[in-house]
Amino acid sequence: MQSLSNRRGWGFWLQLGFTLLVCALLTVPMVMSMLAGLTANYFVGLKSGLTLRWVEEVWRVYSGTILLSLRIAFACLACTLALGVPAAYALARRPGRIARLVEELLMMPVAIPGLATALALIVTYGGVGDLRSSWLFILIGHVLFTLPFMVRAVLAVMGSIDLTTLEEGAASLGAGFLRRFFTVVLPNCRSGILAGSLMVLTLSVGEFNLTWLLHTPLTKTLPVGLADSYASLRIEIGSAYTLVFFLMIVPSLILMQALAKRGRPSV
Amino acid sequence: MSACVQDRPLSHRPAVRPPAGPGRTGEPLRLAALLAPAAAVFAAFFLLPLVRLILIGAGGAEGWSAYLTTLADPGHLDSLLSTLALSAGVTAVTLAVSTVAGLFLVRNHFPGHALLVALLTFPLAFPGVVIGFMVIMLAGRQGLIGTITQALGGGKLVFAYSMAGLFLGYVYFSIPRVILTVMAAAEKLDPRLEEAARSLGAAPWRVVADVILPALKPALISAGALCFATSMGAFGTAFTLATRINVLPMTIYTEFTLQANIAAAAALSVLLGLITWAALAVARSVAGTSVAAAG
Repeated sequence: MQSLSNRRGWGFWLQLGFTLLVCALLTVPMVMSMLAGLTANYFVGLKSGLTLRWVEEVWRVYSGTILLSLRIAFACLACTLALGVPAAYALARRPGRIARLVEELLMMPVAIPGLATALALIVTYGGVGDLRSSWLFILIGHVLFTLPFMVRAVLAVMGSIDLTTLEEGAASLGAGFLRRFFTVVLPNCRSGILAGSLMVLTLSVGEFNLTWLLHTPLTKTLPVGLADSYASLRIEIGSAYTLVFFLMIVPSLILMQALAKRGRPSV
Repeated sequence: MSACVQDRPLSHRPAVRPPAGPGRTGEPLRLAALLAPAAAVFAAFFLLPLVRLILIGAGGAEGWSAYLTTLADPGHLDSLLSTLALSAGVTAVTLAVSTVAGLFLVRNHFPGHALLVALLTFPLAFPGVVIGFMVIMLAGRQGLIGTITQALGGGKLVFAYSMAGLFLGYVYFSIPRVILTVMAAAEKLDPRLEEAARSLGAAPWRVVADVILPALKPALISAGALCFATSMGAFGTAFTLATRINVLPMTIYTEFTLQANIAAAAALSVLLGLITWAALAVARSVAGTSVAAAG
């Protein structure tokens, strides 16, 4: 197709200009905020010099939120792996109306706004023991929200390989179910599991809609702290905090893009 | 707001044969046992609370009609209508922008192409709060746009803390994933159709209007519905920009926290959930692409 439209007339340059403009809209504020987080005084501009002072300030004030977010993200990953991978296997082995219905139901926490899910959790479990003030309350919300992504990523890979034949082969050699599951099924799905895991970690670290209602003053996550700092502190600190957030999610974003390029297994 | 992914339609995945060989006798039981933990967590922490929320929405003096009378409140109705208008506008603009850019990127290859695609899809996983901050960077009190308009002598243009800022934020959030959808669909187009149209003498704009856009229609409807649902339900961006912006998620939040009007908050969020869920159901049925959104 490109040979036809590659004449590079004015149409090409016009469209290139437009696309670059869109790209600028997306990237310029990112770069501005990263620079602002490293600038001594944003009002004065870059000539006031670069500094790590604001990043240190963020660490001093908000390290708790960063660590809590990491803890919740990895706990959430563990839960979605334990719940989602077996569920995906069950759905892949018995495709049909029921599997589709289950899949549809599991997607619901993503389809309806996090605000609604959080309200529902609060009115139902807000009064149960110490759950409301525990970080586990946030974890529950994150697991609901990220589980569908794990299930879908794994299911997509399971659908693209011939699981039945692989398992039959292993079974004919005398492998029991657990052995087949751990030595045949899981290794063959690792690209989906990896893609799903990266997605779960990234989403959990950045989750705000549910978390804002579920958090308490003692269980503040990174995005909650971000909202806090945007509202009340100087722009350099908000920017430095955003920079820290970028540093946390960029590795997994890059990995996800690389995975997607390499054969587009899922996500 | 939350990130979401385009998956391939799972309903069209290569058929997995019905279980044949291994351990056939205990199989259904085993599969049920594997599904059970996820199902139990889901039922206990999602379905049950959701039913509870629906009942609370109807738990006031008016019973089930509360779902209708909530909307009789002019403030609520106003908020619903402005959210619908905002989401429709965001969807239209995002679709237009992303179709132009996405088609261009699929049909032309040039040095730096991969980098451009990577940059355009990078903000995919940004949470709403961060998107809000990006809008402040662009259009806030110390933002880029204000600085430019001031330098041009037109006074400082600041619109971050209003509906316009929210509009910019949602477009910002939606562009990456719509571009991805458009590109994926455009890569599957049959170049021969276009060549045929050209060889029959169709002008370039006719080729776009009569060949390319109709072929992209399912992808555009699906991406549009996703974008609409996300804009309806998003909370983080509005929260960062200004709590005064009159969109439904902010109204729900205010009813719940400041007014402690839990019944109204429940009714409105059930309503909002129905809208986003329906929009995504449209997306799925049209394109077979099940996509995740909202939040």
